[in-house]
Amino acid sequence: MSLSVRFTHAFPDLRLDVAFEAPDGLTALVGPSGAGKTSVVQTVAGLMQPDSGRVAVDDWVLLNTETGQALPPHRRELGYIFQEGRLFPHLTVRQNLGYSQQVRCRGRVDHKELHRIADLLGITTLLDRRPGNLSGGEKQRVGIGRALLAKPRILLADEPLAALDEARKAEILPYFERLRDEVSVPILYVSHVPAEVARLATSVVVMDQGRVVRQGPAQDVLSDPMVTPSGARGAGAVVSAQVQHHHPDGITELSAGGVPLFLPKVSATVGQTLRVRVGAQEVILSRDRPQGLSALNIIPGTVETIRTGEGPGMLVSLATPAGPLLARVTRRSATELDLRPGTQCHAIIKSVAIAPQDVGRAPNSLSDLP
Amino acid sequence: MAWLSPTEWDAVALSLQVSAWATAVSLPLGVFTAYALARWSFPGKQIVNGLVHLPLILPPVVTGYLLLLTFGTQGPIGGFLEQFGLVFAFRWTGAALAAGVMAFPLMVRAIRLSVEAVDPKLEEAAATLGAPPTLVFVTVTLPLILPGILAGAILAFAKAMGEFGATITFVSNIPGQTQTVPSAIYALLQVPGQESAVTRLVIISVVLALGALIASEWVARRLAARVAGA
Repeated sequence: MSLSVRFTHAFPDLRLDVAFEAPDGLTALVGPSGAGKTSVVQTVAGLMQPDSGRVAVDDWVLLNTETGQALPPHRRELGYIFQEGRLFPHLTVRQNLGYSQQVRCRGRVDHKELHRIADLLGITTLLDRRPGNLSGGEKQRVGIGRALLAKPRILLADEPLAALDEARKAEILPYFERLRDEVSVPILYVSHVPAEVARLATSVVVMDQGRVVRQGPAQDVLSDPMVTPSGARGAGAVVSAQVQHHHPDGITELSAGGVPLFLPKVSATVGQTLRVRVGAQEVILSRDRPQGLSALNIIPGTVETIRTGEGPGMLVSLATPAGPLLARVTRRSATELDLRPGTQCHAIIKSVAIAPQDVGRAPNSLSDLP
Repeated sequence: MAWLSPTEWDAVALSLQVSAWATAVSLPLGVFTAYALARWSFPGKQIVNGLVHLPLILPPVVTGYLLLLTFGTQGPIGGFLEQFGLVFAFRWTGAALAAGVMAFPLMVRAIRLSVEAVDPKLEEAAATLGAPPTLVFVTVTLPLILPGILAGAILAFAKAMGEFGATITFVSNIPGQTQTVPSAIYALLQVPGQESAVTRLVIISVVLALGALIASEWVARRLAARVAGA
């Protein structure tokens, strides 16, 4: 299934002109705040009526202003995961989870399915509690479960982790990875956190000032130095790598396109494909293969594009056997190394520079890649 | 209730009957009006708001007179309803109407506050989960405003119990027909030597008012705890 969105809308201070396709998998909608990301999600949900446009899942039309079609939100078969959870305070967790089936199927709730989802999200012990005394992470998991039990044809998530602290984020992220890989509906996921996007997205739509400035597969968009939705500091490429060996000294060895990648211990089984975010800040470039270096990862590559910003820094994209990488270096270094497209060099990455939250399981579509 | 004379007892029973009917019949309309004023924008909203609040600021005797003009047997609405056997003038039904009209603004205010306290985002969430607007109202809005509805109902009931000016103007003061507790107290005060009867009715008034207040506090607290999701 694929969600196609195209619409225009004029706000007093922003003109939206948006068109993109969200295929199966998780499409991250990224961009600075005020870019219009939430308006896009609201338009898909039917909570906002744009001036003109068309929204469809395959050939099921949710909105077409030309023909005057506009399904109300309750007939769009959505699963909407809100930033603040928005659980019903007067209902128990069980009633919140079953709400959609309760209102749609005249009270017939599929309890087996409810328990399966509750189990998946680890909220079985909370079923008889009310939302008032749940923790933020628990509330968000109930919110996810409630959206899933609506048997949606599209899943919408509007910054679902933004209200959580780091520990809670780390607790919820794996559930979104599972959704991406196990639920075969398009997921539209709004975020402005690069690590979240790098870990979850299969495709990325970049918005700025009401327009889509770039869209495509996550690995392509995230390694493009010309598109940095979260600034050069937040830029970072995504590499998919297979676990080869857990060394007794606490290092996990992976293989990214034949290049060995050494990371601090990763809890994954040998043979599993992971995706690793390599922040552009963490990459050092060297013309010669350095000797006597503490950094474990040295990956040969060729400079593809160089983007010079207003500041002293620049972003360099490299083609490597492990896939495209991004490096953030100063203009001075670029001059001294004489970096230009086609230059052969080595990317050096400290193992410990890759944090646990930068490593996640690879989406199915990526693990199928050679 | 041996210590009440039959006339006094009639007045108490009638007051309870009138207030209960006034509250019960105006409650759905009160919820609707409060919801409309809180959530919808429509032309003439300020006029509706003003009309609802009019009985609160008009002298009760004026409200009673206006009721007599419109709902009396010669009045446009009263004359029409008389064909269906519904007569207000000088009947207990008229007392209930007067009490309901006088209590309506208090009821609407209480309910409106509770509607405004409901986060519309919860209603949006219910819509995205497949609930059509009526079900959103029944399953989300209504349970969340229940404490407000209850507060409004009790307030209206207490106001109806004490209504005097509009009632006596509209339906007069006929023992056993339209003589509520306040009218009875007023009538007794016109006759010398009835102080003990007055005292009994006053005590009953105070007890009923306090009882309503305590009951509403208790139920409201229980409902509020439930709605808070604890």
